[in-house]
Amino acid sequence: MQTAALVATAIVVVALLWETATPWLSRRLELLRGRRHNLVTGIPAYDPGRERRAEQRARELLRSCVNDEEWGMYRDLGFLRVWGGQAAGPEVGWDLGGAPYAYLVYPHKPIVAYLPQTSQLLNEYCVEFPDETRPYGSARLPDSDDVLAKWMALRGDERRLIGEANLHLPGRQVDPRKVQRDLWRLRQWESARITQGSGAGAAASPSAADAGSGDA
Amino acid sequence: MKFLRMRPGYGEQLIAEGDVEVAEDEERLVEEFRRQLDQGMWAAVPVETDTGQREATLVQTFEEIPAGTARVIFFPRAAGGAR
Repeated sequence: MQTAALVATAIVVVALLWETATPWLSRRLELLRGRRHNLVTGIPAYDPGRERRAEQRARELLRSCVNDEEWGMYRDLGFLRVWGGQAAGPEVGWDLGGAPYAYLVYPHKPIVAYLPQTSQLLNEYCVEFPDETRPYGSARLPDSDDVLAKWMALRGDERRLIGEANLHLPGRQVDPRKVQRDLWRLRQWESARITQGSGAGAAASPSAADAGSGDA
Repeated sequence: MKFLRMRPGYGEQLIAEGDVEVAEDEERLVEEFRRQLDQGMWAAVPVETDTGQREATLVQTFEEIPAGTARVIFFPRAAGGAR
């Protein structure tokens, strides 16, 4: 009788240990497989510290290239507004009747064109800057480098960048409610910045920037 | 003049540096410029206007780089994103 009880207890203990250990073992196995794959392909293992350092360097480069107001905007709101430079509109054949238009530039999300006077969204331009050398297995630039690449391309050759992008109607990838909220945040930020005087935009953010990533 | 290249996982990397007034340096920079463009990079020059505004110019040849430029930034050429 005692033996049966001991055997039953042992079975229960083994079963519980198995249940507990299986997920842990699976994770370890996945990690080992990943490391072996990286060794074979020559890709170093994922290092979150490296990604953070890369983003920090990218932020410094962005800061050194854009205007102070734009840097403050990105730091506080997580996106940039870039004014359109074409007389008729972003694309060939458009005629906005001379109305100014602008783009919202998010990291790793489509560029959103809109009319600042009415907050009407015009289009989404999905564009990426894939580095096919993939030094760490990914073709994706740090967030701030992606924003800087878009900024430089829009400033340097707007037509060329828009020509390379895939055009979508608003709402395809970026939630229009989020864009409207961001436009409101931008207006608040600008008002506060004007009130506080130039160069005091740092404390003007309605909410902290969350330069979240998505897929462009 | 410095050539910087945006890289995934790095941020920017210094890929070449030299004085365009020195013939040897200039030759090396021209060669590196061409190599980057051959690899499919776009080249941008951050510039500051007379009014202090910061802008950027995309250049397609070494000769297009404005005189006195301190740095040229190379980044992967744009491609259409998710369909």
